[in-house]
Amino acid sequence: MLRSLLDRLGAPFGEDGRLRRLWPLWDAPDTFLYTPGKVTEGPSHARDRLDMKRLMFTVVLALVGPVAMAFYNTGLQANLAIAAGGAPLPGWRTTVIEALGVGFAPESALAAVVHGGLWYLPVLLVTFAVGGAWEMVFAVVRRHEVSEGFLVTGMLFPLILPPTIPLWQVALGITFGVVIGKEIFGGSGFNILNPALTARAFLFFAYPAHMSGDRVWIAADTTPDAVSGATWLARLALDGPEAFDAPFHPTGDAGITAWDAFWGFLPGSMGETSVAACLLGAFVLVVTGIGSLRIMLGVVAGTALLGILLNLVGSATNPFFAVPFWWHFLLGGWAFGAVYMATEPVTAPSTNGGRIVYGLLIGALCVLIRVVNPAYPEGMMLAILLMNVFAPLMDHVALRASVRRRARRAAATLPGS
Amino acid sequence: MFEDYLNIAVRAIFVENMALTFFLGMCSFLAVSKRVTTAVGLGAAVTFVLTVTVPLNHFINSFLLRPGALGWVNEGLAAQDLSFLRFLTFIGTIAATVQVVEMVLDRHFPALHAALGVFLPLIAVNCAILGASLLMIERGLTLPESAVFGFGSGLGWALAVIALAGIRERLRYHAIPAALRGLGITFLLTGLMAIAFMAFGGIQL
Repeated sequence: MLRSLLDRLGAPFGEDGRLRRLWPLWDAPDTFLYTPGKVTEGPSHARDRLDMKRLMFTVVLALVGPVAMAFYNTGLQANLAIAAGGAPLPGWRTTVIEALGVGFAPESALAAVVHGGLWYLPVLLVTFAVGGAWEMVFAVVRRHEVSEGFLVTGMLFPLILPPTIPLWQVALGITFGVVIGKEIFGGSGFNILNPALTARAFLFFAYPAHMSGDRVWIAADTTPDAVSGATWLARLALDGPEAFDAPFHPTGDAGITAWDAFWGFLPGSMGETSVAACLLGAFVLVVTGIGSLRIMLGVVAGTALLGILLNLVGSATNPFFAVPFWWHFLLGGWAFGAVYMATEPVTAPSTNGGRIVYGLLIGALCVLIRVVNPAYPEGMMLAILLMNVFAPLMDHVALRASVRRRARRAAATLPGS
Repeated sequence: MFEDYLNIAVRAIFVENMALTFFLGMCSFLAVSKRVTTAVGLGAAVTFVLTVTVPLNHFINSFLLRPGALGWVNEGLAAQDLSFLRFLTFIGTIAATVQVVEMVLDRHFPALHAALGVFLPLIAVNCAILGASLLMIERGLTLPESAVFGFGSGLGWALAVIALAGIRERLRYHAIPAALRGLGITFLLTGLMAIAFMAFGGIQL
């Protein structure tokens, strides 16, 4: 039935239909739902089940954990804050929750998921509607198919935003990410910088009040200072390791344990808090061969090396130096960035040597920005963007080195030449 | 002591990158970044010229131009202020240094000399180089500090232009919209690189 509906709808988009120029609009849902019937017509024909759609879909599957956290944790943090004396933010979301009668009890998983969903889903919808519209416009004007690349960008972008971000900013951000970050460079597969991170960086610098600070990470009104809404990285930058002993959860528990941070029940961007969810995603990406293990291990090594170095050096004025290095793995967007952002195959180097250097530098830079740059509490986004800029150069150097090595080997084995 | 120098160098290379924070020296930055090898050559030339001219200009400023600098000649001149000649003398120093670099390259590295073409003499009017000398005055650096500052500024500019060249070598295979090909996409790319370089903005050592 679906097939015949698609065929009927598709008729005007065909070879000599009226809407021929808008063909990508029909092709995108068609090839998304069905495997295209076309096969290559030449003699040489390599066949692999892993095409662009399958690849992008695997990444989306690997994102299941962070998406679940976006639903649950966003709501949980808001409900915990409300239970501790905050108030629900006025607006349609509160009206919907009251109409449904699920309430704001922090013990109820349902209440958390509903509350979180009401913050996460609108952001996701706006991202896909606006970003998708731009993809369609470019596909029609440039007469190629709509690429699946946006599926991943559109999934990643809401997960790295704070829950309280205004929806018009989401639309503006994803527009910048898709058009300036990707399409003007030639579309999917040609972007220099990661489009989701470009979009977030744009919002971060354009609207810092909505992207940083203490008020944006919990989707509840914490004005009477019932709850500190600062992320842990911001607190560590202020107080160093002593921050761990200060009361954290509104329930009165003192500090956090490494396990809290590992499971990710902390305030933060919607999908980035849970290291466990990201590890699951990393497993999927590495097993299917989509994410580069070299890059991930490089990031781990880079973070650990610089973190240990800063621990050893110490500092009289900056308390963050004394925070044990392994906390860098557990807090903020480190795990999410290392697994889903740094490994993006288009913007990462494609030589093995380049990948290791790239990973190491991302890890080290992330620690450096977190610890010694008071302007930004989190460093992962900018560390990855900066290394995106240098990735082509790393490839260039690695290629040159390889050419030279081979030339030497050839000269050694062929004495006559 | 050593930490001060390190701080000045790190600031000049990363935090206050000549190309991507001050957007100085844009003409050669955009024009000579098509290939990595030429970008490395130009970056080295700019670094060298900066390392030589900034301390040289510091020297000239301290002993000839700044208010009271001529006091070492005789007491009567101590009241003189020649700082209105700064632009003129600084440009003169820079042009002379560039001339020397050009002669050396022409004699010893003819391939690089040919690749840099007209942009080598243009270093003489590269605003990054004059800019560094003027910034050095504004910040009141000492002579060794200004040498470190000149070297760091050059290194930072070279780093930016080499990274841009690496990206542009890749861009040749990209389906960039016709209207943006060439300089258009390079301007946009420079803006995006500047966003990425904001990673360092605010770092204090």
